[in-house]
Amino acid sequence: MALAEVLARAHELAAGYGRTPAVEGVNFEVSAGQRIALLGPNGGGKTTLLRALLGELRPMKGSIEVRVRTATVPQTERSRLDFPVSALEVALMGALPRLPWWKRPGHADREAARAALDRVGVANRAHDTFGDLSGGQRQRVLIARGLVQDAQLLLLDEPFSGLDVPAARGLESLIAELAAEGRGIVIATHDLAQARRWDAVVCLNKRQIAFGKPDDVLDRQVLEETYAGAIIEIPGSDRVGILPAHHH
Amino acid sequence: MIDFVTDPLSQEFIRRALLEVGLISLASGALGCWVVFYGVSYAAESLSHALFPGLVIAALAGVPILVGGIPGIAIAALAIAVVGRVPGIGRDAAVAVVVTGFFGLGALLALSPSSPPGIQSLLFGDILAPSDSDLLISAILAVGVVASLTALHWRLLTVAFDRTTARSLGASPTVSDIAVLILLAGAVLVAAQGLGTLLAVAALVGPAATARVFTHRVGTMMAAASALGVCAGVAGLYLSYYAGLAAGASIAGCIVVGYLVALVLSGLRSLMERVAVPAEAA
Repeated sequence: MALAEVLARAHELAAGYGRTPAVEGVNFEVSAGQRIALLGPNGGGKTTLLRALLGELRPMKGSIEVRVRTATVPQTERSRLDFPVSALEVALMGALPRLPWWKRPGHADREAARAALDRVGVANRAHDTFGDLSGGQRQRVLIARGLVQDAQLLLLDEPFSGLDVPAARGLESLIAELAAEGRGIVIATHDLAQARRWDAVVCLNKRQIAFGKPDDVLDRQVLEETYAGAIIEIPGSDRVGILPAHHH
Repeated sequence: MIDFVTDPLSQEFIRRALLEVGLISLASGALGCWVVFYGVSYAAESLSHALFPGLVIAALAGVPILVGGIPGIAIAALAIAVVGRVPGIGRDAAVAVVVTGFFGLGALLALSPSSPPGIQSLLFGDILAPSDSDLLISAILAVGVVASLTALHWRLLTVAFDRTTARSLGASPTVSDIAVLILLAGAVLVAAQGLGTLLAVAALVGPAATARVFTHRVGTMMAAASALGVCAGVAGLYLSYYAGLAAGASIAGCIVVGYLVALVLSGLRSLMERVAVPAEAA
Protein backbone atom coordinates (compact mmCIF):
# COMPACT_ATOMS: atom_id res chain seq x y z
CA MET A 1 0.00 0.00 0.00
CA ALA A 2 1.35 3.44 -0.94
CA LEU A 3 1.98 5.81 1.93
CA ALA A 4 -0.79 8.38 2.33
CA GLU A 5 0.08 12.01 1.64
CA VAL A 6 1.18 13.94 4.74
CA LEU A 7 -1.08 16.99 5.21
CA ALA A 8 0.52 18.54 8.29
CA ARG A 9 3.55 17.89 10.45
CA ALA A 10 4.81 19.28 13.77
CA HIS A 11 8.45 18.93 14.83
CA GLU A 12 9.56 19.76 18.38
CA LEU A 13 6.82 22.39 18.39
CA ALA A 14 6.28 24.75 21.31
CA ALA A 15 3.36 27.17 21.07
CA GLY A 16 1.48 29.47 23.39
CA TYR A 17 0.69 33.02 24.37
CA GLY A 18 3.12 35.57 25.75
CA ARG A 19 6.47 34.05 26.77
CA THR A 20 5.44 30.73 28.32
CA PRO A 21 4.48 27.93 25.94
CA ALA A 22 1.04 26.41 26.63
CA VAL A 23 2.26 23.19 25.05
CA GLU A 24 5.71 21.97 23.99
CA GLY A 25 7.65 19.01 22.63
CA VAL A 26 4.98 18.25 20.02
CA ASN A 27 5.94 15.81 17.25
CA PHE A 28 3.24 14.31 15.07
CA GLU A 29 1.88 14.20 11.55
CA VAL A 30 -1.55 13.99 9.97
CA SER A 31 -2.00 12.09 6.71
CA ALA A 32 -4.84 12.14 4.21
CA GLY A 33 -7.71 9.95 5.35
CA GLN A 34 -6.57 9.92 8.97
CA ARG A 35 -8.60 10.83 12.06
CA ILE A 36 -6.38 12.01 14.90
CA ALA A 37 -7.51 12.74 18.45
CA LEU A 38 -5.86 15.40 20.57
CA LEU A 39 -6.50 13.93 24.00
CA GLY A 40 -5.89 15.75 27.23
CA PRO A 41 -7.41 17.61 30.15
CA ASN A 42 -8.75 21.16 29.95
CA GLY A 43 -5.76 23.49 29.78
CA GLY A 44 -3.58 20.68 28.43
CA GLY A 45 -2.85 22.54 25.18
CA LYS A 46 -5.42 21.07 22.76
CA THR A 47 -6.89 24.40 21.63
CA THR A 48 -3.40 25.95 21.45
CA LEU A 49 -2.28 23.17 19.11
CA LEU A 50 -5.42 23.64 16.97
CA ARG A 51 -4.63 27.36 16.70
CA ALA A 52 -1.05 26.58 15.70
CA LEU A 53 -2.34 24.23 12.98
CA LEU A 54 -4.64 27.01 11.79
CA GLY A 55 -1.67 29.37 11.50
CA GLU A 56 -2.96 31.77 14.18
CA LEU A 57 -0.03 31.08 16.53
CA ARG A 58 3.61 31.09 15.44
CA PRO A 59 5.87 28.37 16.83
CA MET A 60 7.94 29.54 19.81
CA LYS A 61 10.27 26.62 19.17
CA GLY A 62 10.41 23.92 16.53
CA SER A 63 8.21 24.01 13.46
CA ILE A 64 4.74 23.29 12.19
CA GLU A 65 4.12 22.71 8.53
CA VAL A 66 0.60 22.65 7.09
CA ARG A 67 0.51 21.78 3.39
CA VAL A 68 -3.21 22.03 2.64
CA ARG A 69 -6.16 24.35 3.15
CA THR A 70 -7.36 24.07 6.72
CA ALA A 71 -10.73 24.86 8.29
CA THR A 72 -11.77 25.05 11.91
CA VAL A 73 -15.01 23.75 13.42
CA PRO A 74 -15.25 25.56 16.77
CA GLN A 75 -17.48 24.73 19.70
CA THR A 76 -20.83 26.24 18.75
CA GLU A 77 -21.29 27.78 22.18
CA ARG A 78 -18.57 30.21 21.14
CA SER A 79 -20.69 31.68 18.35
CA ARG A 80 -23.71 33.81 19.09
CA LEU A 81 -26.75 31.58 19.10
CA ASP A 82 -29.09 34.58 19.17
CA PHE A 83 -27.49 36.03 16.04
CA PRO A 84 -29.99 36.38 13.15
CA VAL A 85 -28.17 34.24 10.60
CA SER A 86 -29.37 31.17 8.65
CA ALA A 87 -27.57 27.83 8.34
CA LEU A 88 -27.03 28.59 4.65
CA GLU A 89 -25.43 31.95 5.46
CA VAL A 90 -23.07 30.29 7.96
CA ALA A 91 -22.03 27.73 5.33
CA LEU A 92 -21.58 30.56 2.80
CA MET A 93 -19.03 32.23 5.10
CA GLY A 94 -16.72 29.45 3.90
CA ALA A 95 -16.56 31.18 0.50
CA LEU A 96 -15.06 34.40 1.93
CA PRO A 97 -11.36 33.38 2.01
CA ARG A 98 -11.30 33.14 -1.79
CA LEU A 99 -13.17 36.42 -2.41
CA PRO A 100 -11.64 39.93 -2.43
CA TRP A 101 -12.85 41.96 0.57
CA TRP A 102 -15.41 44.03 -1.32
CA LYS A 103 -17.04 41.07 -3.08
CA ARG A 104 -20.15 39.24 -1.92
CA PRO A 105 -20.60 35.48 -2.40
CA GLY A 106 -22.24 34.80 -5.76
CA HIS A 107 -24.53 32.19 -7.29
CA ALA A 108 -21.80 29.54 -7.60
CA ASP A 109 -20.85 30.04 -3.93
CA ARG A 110 -24.49 29.62 -2.92
CA GLU A 111 -24.70 26.38 -4.88
CA ALA A 112 -21.51 25.15 -3.19
CA ALA A 113 -22.96 26.02 0.23
CA ARG A 114 -26.22 24.19 -0.54
CA ALA A 115 -24.29 21.14 -1.77
CA ALA A 116 -22.15 21.17 1.40
CA LEU A 117 -25.23 21.34 3.64
CA ASP A 118 -26.69 18.46 1.64
CA ARG A 119 -23.42 16.52 2.03
CA VAL A 120 -23.52 16.77 5.82
CA GLY A 121 -27.24 15.95 5.98
CA VAL A 122 -28.82 19.26 6.98
CA ALA A 123 -30.06 20.56 3.60
CA ASN A 124 -33.61 20.66 4.97
CA ARG A 125 -32.54 23.17 7.66
CA ALA A 126 -30.72 25.55 5.26
CA HIS A 127 -33.11 28.44 5.87
CA ASP A 128 -33.50 27.95 9.62
CA THR A 129 -31.77 30.25 12.09
CA PHE A 130 -28.43 28.73 13.15
CA GLY A 131 -29.18 29.13 16.86
CA ASP A 132 -32.47 27.21 16.51
CA LEU A 133 -30.70 24.05 15.32
CA SER A 134 -29.76 21.18 17.64
CA GLY A 135 -26.14 20.88 18.82
CA GLY A 136 -25.42 18.10 16.32
CA GLN A 137 -26.94 20.05 13.44
CA ARG A 138 -24.90 23.13 14.34
CA GLN A 139 -21.70 21.04 14.23
CA ARG A 140 -22.74 19.74 10.80
CA VAL A 141 -23.36 23.28 9.50
CA LEU A 142 -19.90 24.35 10.68
CA ILE A 143 -18.39 21.27 9.00
CA ALA A 144 -20.28 22.28 5.83
CA ARG A 145 -18.63 25.71 6.12
CA GLY A 146 -15.27 23.92 6.14
CA LEU A 147 -16.28 21.97 3.02
CA VAL A 148 -17.20 25.23 1.27
CA GLN A 149 -13.69 26.41 2.18
CA ASP A 150 -12.55 23.31 0.29
CA ALA A 151 -10.42 22.36 3.29
CA GLN A 152 -8.41 19.15 3.17
CA LEU A 153 -7.69 19.35 6.88
CA LEU A 154 -10.57 19.85 9.33
CA LEU A 155 -9.91 20.86 12.95
CA LEU A 156 -12.76 19.99 15.31
CA ASP A 157 -12.74 21.41 18.85
CA GLU A 158 -14.67 19.15 21.26
CA PRO A 159 -17.32 18.37 18.61
CA PHE A 160 -19.19 15.85 20.79
CA SER A 161 -19.50 18.08 23.82
CA GLY A 162 -23.18 18.45 24.74
CA LEU A 163 -24.47 15.99 22.10
CA ASP A 164 -26.82 13.12 22.97
CA VAL A 165 -25.84 9.56 21.98
CA PRO A 166 -27.66 9.35 18.59
CA ALA A 167 -26.34 12.78 17.55
CA ALA A 168 -22.80 11.82 18.59
CA ARG A 169 -23.00 8.52 16.64
CA GLY A 170 -24.28 10.36 13.56
CA LEU A 171 -21.47 12.90 13.76
CA GLU A 172 -18.93 10.14 14.26
CA SER A 173 -19.98 8.37 11.07
CA LEU A 174 -19.95 11.67 9.15
CA ILE A 175 -16.37 12.22 10.33
CA ALA A 176 -15.47 8.69 9.16
CA GLU A 177 -16.99 9.41 5.72
CA LEU A 178 -15.13 12.71 5.36
CA ALA A 179 -11.86 10.97 6.27
CA ALA A 180 -12.61 8.19 3.78
CA GLU A 181 -12.82 10.90 1.09
CA GLY A 182 -9.16 11.69 1.81
CA ARG A 183 -9.42 14.52 4.32
CA GLY A 184 -7.35 14.71 7.46
CA ILE A 185 -9.43 15.25 10.60
CA VAL A 186 -8.01 16.47 13.91
CA ILE A 187 -10.40 16.17 16.84
CA ALA A 188 -9.70 17.79 20.21
CA THR A 189 -11.40 15.76 22.93
CA HIS A 190 -11.17 14.85 26.58
CA ASP A 191 -13.22 11.68 25.97
CA LEU A 192 -10.96 8.62 26.19
CA ALA A 193 -13.54 6.20 24.75
CA GLN A 194 -13.88 8.40 21.64
CA ALA A 195 -10.11 8.76 21.22
CA ARG A 196 -9.72 4.96 21.19
CA ARG A 197 -11.86 4.77 18.04
CA TRP A 198 -9.77 7.13 15.89
CA ASP A 199 -6.72 6.19 13.79
CA ALA A 200 -4.15 7.93 15.99
CA VAL A 201 -3.98 9.91 19.19
CA VAL A 202 -1.77 12.73 20.47
CA CYS A 203 -1.77 12.82 24.29
CA LEU A 204 -1.18 16.32 25.65
CA ASN A 205 -0.71 17.75 29.09
CA LYS A 206 1.25 20.97 28.57
CA ARG A 207 3.67 18.81 26.59
CA GLN A 208 3.25 15.85 24.29
CA ILE A 209 3.03 12.67 26.37
CA ALA A 210 2.61 10.23 23.46
CA PHE A 211 1.66 9.91 19.79
CA GLY A 212 0.62 6.77 17.94
CA LYS A 213 -2.18 4.29 17.36
CA PRO A 214 -4.61 4.30 20.30
CA ASP A 215 -4.06 0.60 21.07
CA ASP A 216 -0.30 1.09 21.13
CA VAL A 217 -0.04 4.24 23.21
CA LEU A 218 -3.07 4.46 25.50
CA ASP A 219 -1.64 2.45 28.39
CA ARG A 220 -1.94 3.20 32.06
CA GLN A 221 1.32 5.10 32.37
CA VAL A 222 0.52 7.44 29.44
CA LEU A 223 -2.98 8.11 30.76
CA GLU A 224 -1.72 8.84 34.26
CA GLU A 225 0.77 11.32 32.85
CA THR A 226 -1.87 12.84 30.58
CA TYR A 227 -4.49 13.19 33.29
CA ALA A 228 -2.11 13.59 36.23
CA GLY A 229 -3.47 10.71 38.29
CA ALA A 230 -7.23 10.73 37.91
CA ILE A 231 -7.32 7.15 36.57
CA ILE A 232 -9.64 4.38 37.73
CA GLU A 233 -9.71 0.65 36.97
CA ILE A 234 -12.87 -0.40 35.14
CA PRO A 235 -14.22 -3.37 37.14
CA GLY A 236 -14.39 -6.64 35.19
CA SER A 237 -12.06 -5.47 32.41
CA ASP A 238 -8.37 -4.90 32.02
CA ARG A 239 -8.99 -1.38 30.76
CA VAL A 240 -8.73 1.85 32.64
CA GLY A 241 -10.98 4.89 32.55
CA ILE A 242 -10.66 8.53 33.49
CA LEU A 243 -12.63 10.28 36.14
CA PRO A 244 -14.01 13.20 34.18
CA ALA A 245 -13.09 16.62 35.48
CA HIS A 246 -16.67 17.76 34.97
CA HIS A 247 -20.00 16.43 33.71
CA HIS A 248 -21.97 17.96 30.85
CA MET B 1 -57.95 63.74 4.67
CA ILE B 2 -55.90 64.18 1.50
CA ASP B 3 -55.30 67.77 2.51
CA PHE B 4 -53.93 66.51 5.79
CA VAL B 5 -51.22 64.66 3.86
CA THR B 6 -50.57 67.13 1.04
CA ASP B 7 -50.82 70.40 2.94
CA PRO B 8 -47.36 70.14 4.57
CA LEU B 9 -45.90 68.96 1.25
CA SER B 10 -46.80 72.26 -0.39
CA GLN B 11 -44.22 73.89 1.87
CA GLU B 12 -40.69 74.01 0.50
CA PHE B 13 -39.09 73.70 3.96
CA ILE B 14 -41.06 70.52 4.73
CA ARG B 15 -40.01 68.91 1.44
CA ARG B 16 -36.38 69.66 2.21
CA ALA B 17 -36.82 68.37 5.75
CA LEU B 18 -38.31 65.13 4.38
CA LEU B 19 -35.31 64.68 2.12
CA GLU B 20 -32.92 65.25 5.02
CA VAL B 21 -34.88 62.85 7.25
CA GLY B 22 -34.81 60.25 4.47
CA LEU B 23 -31.02 60.49 4.12
CA ILE B 24 -30.50 60.31 7.89
CA SER B 25 -32.84 57.32 8.26
CA LEU B 26 -31.38 55.40 5.33
CA ALA B 27 -27.81 55.54 6.63
CA SER B 28 -28.57 55.41 10.35
CA GLY B 29 -31.09 52.58 10.16
CA ALA B 30 -28.85 50.22 8.20
CA LEU B 31 -25.70 51.07 10.18
CA GLY B 32 -27.63 50.99 13.46
CA CYS B 33 -27.96 47.21 13.10
CA TRP B 34 -24.17 46.86 13.22
CA VAL B 35 -23.99 49.41 16.06
CA VAL B 36 -26.26 47.03 18.00
CA PHE B 37 -24.36 43.84 17.02
CA TYR B 38 -20.91 45.31 17.66
CA GLY B 39 -22.04 46.77 20.99
CA VAL B 40 -20.96 50.32 20.13
CA SER B 41 -24.13 52.22 21.12
CA TYR B 42 -22.15 54.03 23.81
CA ALA B 43 -19.51 54.99 21.23
CA ALA B 44 -22.31 56.36 19.00
CA GLU B 45 -23.62 58.47 21.85
CA SER B 46 -20.09 59.61 22.78
CA LEU B 47 -19.10 60.61 19.25
CA SER B 48 -22.32 62.56 18.69
CA HIS B 49 -21.76 64.54 21.90
CA ALA B 50 -18.02 65.02 21.46
CA LEU B 51 -18.32 66.52 18.00
CA PHE B 52 -20.33 69.43 19.42
CA PRO B 53 -17.45 71.94 19.65
CA GLY B 54 -16.54 71.24 16.01
CA LEU B 55 -20.10 72.10 14.97
CA VAL B 56 -20.13 75.27 17.08
CA ILE B 57 -16.83 76.47 15.60
CA ALA B 58 -18.16 75.83 12.07
CA ALA B 59 -21.36 77.76 12.86
CA LEU B 60 -19.36 80.68 14.31
CA ALA B 61 -17.16 80.68 11.21
CA GLY B 62 -20.23 80.62 8.95
CA VAL B 63 -19.26 77.44 7.04
CA PRO B 64 -21.50 74.34 6.64
CA ILE B 65 -21.51 72.70 10.06
CA LEU B 66 -20.38 69.38 8.61
CA VAL B 67 -17.10 71.08 7.65
CA GLY B 68 -16.47 71.59 11.35
CA GLY B 69 -18.00 68.27 12.28
CA ILE B 70 -15.57 66.09 10.34
CA PRO B 71 -12.37 67.31 12.05
CA GLY B 72 -14.35 67.61 15.31
CA ILE B 73 -15.30 63.94 15.26
CA ALA B 74 -11.79 62.86 14.21
CA ILE B 75 -10.21 64.77 17.11
CA ALA B 76 -12.81 63.38 19.53
CA ALA B 77 -12.18 59.80 18.36
CA LEU B 78 -8.42 60.30 18.65
CA ALA B 79 -8.78 61.78 22.15
CA ILE B 80 -10.92 58.82 23.24
CA ALA B 81 -8.33 56.39 21.85
CA VAL B 82 -5.42 58.19 23.55
CA VAL B 83 -7.06 58.71 26.97
CA GLY B 84 -8.33 55.10 26.87
CA ARG B 85 -4.68 53.96 26.93
CA VAL B 86 -3.75 55.90 30.07
CA PRO B 87 -3.03 53.23 32.69
CA GLY B 88 -5.26 53.22 35.74
CA ILE B 89 -8.29 54.70 33.98
CA GLY B 90 -10.98 52.36 32.69
CA ARG B 91 -12.04 52.78 29.07
CA ASP B 92 -15.56 53.81 30.12
CA ALA B 93 -14.21 56.50 32.42
CA ALA B 94 -11.84 57.72 29.69
CA VAL B 95 -14.70 58.07 27.21
CA ALA B 96 -16.82 59.87 29.80
CA VAL B 97 -14.01 62.36 30.58
CA VAL B 98 -13.37 63.15 26.91
CA VAL B 99 -17.06 63.43 26.02
CA THR B 100 -17.90 65.71 28.94
CA GLY B 101 -14.81 67.81 28.30
CA PHE B 102 -15.62 68.29 24.61
CA PHE B 103 -19.30 68.87 25.25
CA GLY B 104 -18.48 71.46 27.90
CA LEU B 105 -16.08 73.20 25.51
CA GLY B 106 -18.83 73.32 22.88
CA ALA B 107 -21.30 74.75 25.40
CA LEU B 108 -18.79 77.43 26.48
CA LEU B 109 -18.32 78.54 22.88
CA ALA B 110 -22.04 78.36 22.07
CA LEU B 111 -23.16 80.34 25.12
CA SER B 112 -20.55 83.10 24.93
CA PRO B 113 -22.06 86.58 24.38
CA SER B 114 -20.42 86.91 20.96
CA SER B 115 -22.20 83.81 19.57
CA PRO B 116 -24.98 84.50 17.07
CA PRO B 117 -28.52 83.64 18.19
CA GLY B 118 -29.89 80.21 17.25
CA ILE B 119 -26.65 78.35 17.75
CA GLN B 120 -28.36 76.11 20.34
CA SER B 121 -30.10 74.47 17.37
CA LEU B 122 -26.87 72.44 17.10
CA LEU B 123 -27.92 70.65 20.29
CA PHE B 124 -31.36 69.69 19.07
CA GLY B 125 -30.80 69.92 15.33
CA ASP B 126 -32.38 72.05 12.69
CA ILE B 127 -34.10 69.54 10.48
CA LEU B 128 -36.38 72.23 9.02
CA ALA B 129 -33.61 74.41 7.61
CA PRO B 130 -30.93 72.37 5.86
CA SER B 131 -28.95 74.41 3.32
CA ASP B 132 -28.18 73.09 -0.17
CA SER B 133 -24.66 72.20 0.88
CA ASP B 134 -25.96 70.47 4.04
CA LEU B 135 -28.23 68.31 1.88
CA LEU B 136 -25.46 67.55 -0.59
CA ILE B 137 -22.96 66.51 2.09
CA SER B 138 -25.64 64.45 3.84
CA ALA B 139 -26.42 62.69 0.56
CA ILE B 140 -22.75 61.91 -0.11
CA LEU B 141 -22.21 60.57 3.41
CA ALA B 142 -25.46 58.54 3.35
CA VAL B 143 -24.65 56.95 -0.01
CA GLY B 144 -21.09 56.25 1.19
CA VAL B 145 -22.35 54.54 4.36
CA VAL B 146 -24.86 52.35 2.48
CA ALA B 147 -22.37 51.43 -0.28
CA SER B 148 -19.70 50.51 2.30
CA LEU B 149 -22.18 48.40 4.28
CA THR B 150 -23.14 46.57 1.07
CA ALA B 151 -19.52 45.81 0.19
CA LEU B 152 -18.48 44.86 3.74
CA HIS B 153 -21.66 42.95 4.61
CA TRP B 154 -20.26 39.41 4.69
CA ARG B 155 -17.12 40.36 6.59
CA LEU B 156 -19.12 42.26 9.21
CA LEU B 157 -21.55 39.34 9.43
CA THR B 158 -18.78 36.77 9.91
CA VAL B 159 -17.06 38.77 12.65
CA ALA B 160 -20.33 39.52 14.48
CA PHE B 161 -21.29 35.82 14.31
CA ASP B 162 -18.05 34.47 15.77
CA ARG B 163 -15.05 36.71 16.38
CA THR B 164 -12.72 33.85 17.31
CA THR B 165 -12.89 32.02 13.99
CA ALA B 166 -13.55 35.03 11.73
CA ARG B 167 -9.86 35.49 10.96
CA SER B 168 -9.57 31.95 9.59
CA LEU B 169 -12.38 32.90 7.18
CA GLY B 170 -10.57 35.97 5.90
CA ALA B 171 -12.54 38.48 8.02
CA SER B 172 -10.37 40.46 10.45
CA PRO B 173 -12.18 41.50 13.67
CA THR B 174 -9.88 44.54 14.04
CA VAL B 175 -10.56 45.79 10.50
CA SER B 176 -14.30 45.22 10.97
CA ASP B 177 -14.32 47.12 14.29
CA ILE B 178 -12.49 50.06 12.70
CA ALA B 179 -14.78 50.01 9.65
CA VAL B 180 -17.89 50.11 11.87
CA LEU B 181 -16.47 53.03 13.89
CA ILE B 182 -15.53 55.04 10.77
CA LEU B 183 -18.98 54.48 9.25
CA LEU B 184 -20.47 55.35 12.63
CA ALA B 185 -18.63 58.68 12.58
CA GLY B 186 -20.07 59.36 9.09
CA ALA B 187 -23.62 58.45 10.12
CA VAL B 188 -23.39 60.47 13.35
CA LEU B 189 -22.33 63.50 11.30
CA VAL B 190 -25.37 63.17 9.04
CA ALA B 191 -27.75 62.56 11.94
CA ALA B 192 -26.33 65.30 14.18
CA GLN B 193 -26.76 67.83 11.41
CA GLY B 194 -30.51 67.22 11.29
CA LEU B 195 -31.42 65.98 14.75
CA GLY B 196 -28.76 67.69 16.83
CA THR B 197 -25.97 66.19 18.88
CA LEU B 198 -28.32 65.20 21.70
CA LEU B 199 -30.86 63.29 19.58
CA ALA B 200 -28.68 61.81 16.83
CA VAL B 201 -28.16 58.54 18.66
CA ALA B 202 -31.94 57.93 18.63
CA ALA B 203 -31.89 57.60 14.82
CA LEU B 204 -28.95 55.19 15.02
CA VAL B 205 -30.04 52.82 17.75
CA GLY B 206 -33.85 53.14 17.90
CA PRO B 207 -34.95 51.79 14.48
CA ALA B 208 -32.35 48.97 14.60
CA ALA B 209 -33.48 47.89 18.07
CA THR B 210 -37.11 47.98 16.85
CA ALA B 211 -36.33 45.95 13.70
CA ARG B 212 -34.45 43.36 15.79
CA VAL B 213 -37.70 42.52 17.61
CA PHE B 214 -39.48 41.14 14.55
CA THR B 215 -36.81 40.20 11.95
CA HIS B 216 -34.73 37.02 11.77
CA ARG B 217 -32.00 37.91 9.24
CA VAL B 218 -29.50 40.75 9.24
CA GLY B 219 -30.37 41.84 5.66
CA THR B 220 -34.10 42.19 6.39
CA MET B 221 -33.30 43.82 9.72
CA MET B 222 -31.24 46.51 7.96
CA ALA B 223 -33.96 47.16 5.38
CA ALA B 224 -36.64 47.23 8.09
CA ALA B 225 -34.58 49.59 10.28
CA SER B 226 -34.11 52.04 7.39
CA ALA B 227 -37.83 51.88 6.51
CA LEU B 228 -38.85 52.32 10.17
CA GLY B 229 -36.51 55.29 10.47
CA VAL B 230 -38.10 56.93 7.39
CA CYS B 231 -41.63 56.28 8.74
CA ALA B 232 -40.74 57.69 12.17
CA GLY B 233 -39.10 60.69 10.46
CA VAL B 234 -42.17 61.44 8.32
CA ALA B 235 -44.53 60.89 11.27
CA GLY B 236 -42.39 63.15 13.44
CA LEU B 237 -42.37 65.93 10.85
CA TYR B 238 -46.16 65.80 10.46
CA LEU B 239 -46.58 65.77 14.24
CA SER B 240 -44.31 68.76 14.49
CA TYR B 241 -46.19 70.57 11.67
CA TYR B 242 -49.67 70.06 13.08
CA ALA B 243 -48.97 70.10 16.83
CA GLY B 244 -46.40 72.88 16.67
CA LEU B 245 -43.74 70.79 18.41
CA ALA B 246 -39.96 70.86 17.89
CA ALA B 247 -39.21 68.75 14.80
CA GLY B 248 -36.12 66.88 16.00
CA ALA B 249 -37.71 65.98 19.32
CA SER B 250 -40.93 64.84 17.55
CA ILE B 251 -38.91 62.50 15.31
CA ALA B 252 -36.95 61.07 18.25
CA GLY B 253 -40.26 60.63 20.11
CA CYS B 254 -41.79 58.72 17.18
CA ILE B 255 -38.73 56.43 17.04
CA VAL B 256 -39.10 55.60 20.74
CA VAL B 257 -42.88 55.06 20.39
CA GLY B 258 -42.17 52.68 17.48
CA TYR B 259 -39.84 50.65 19.66
CA LEU B 260 -42.36 50.47 22.50
CA VAL B 261 -45.13 49.36 20.09
CA ALA B 262 -42.86 46.62 18.69
CA LEU B 263 -42.06 45.42 22.22
CA VAL B 264 -45.75 45.27 23.16
CA LEU B 265 -46.68 43.45 19.92
CA SER B 266 -43.85 40.96 20.38
CA GLY B 267 -44.92 40.38 23.99
CA LEU B 268 -48.51 39.78 22.85
CA ARG B 269 -47.34 37.39 20.14
CA SER B 270 -45.32 35.19 22.51
CA LEU B 271 -48.23 35.28 24.98
CA MET B 272 -50.62 34.07 22.25
CA GLU B 273 -48.16 31.35 21.22
CA ARG B 274 -47.98 30.13 24.80
CA VAL B 275 -51.79 30.09 25.03
CA ALA B 276 -52.13 28.37 21.63
CA VAL B 277 -49.66 25.54 22.28
CA PRO B 278 -51.52 23.94 25.24
CA ALA B 279 -54.81 24.34 23.33
CA GLU B 280 -53.37 22.38 20.37
CA ALA B 281 -51.90 19.78 22.68
CA ALA B 282 -55.25 19.23 24.42
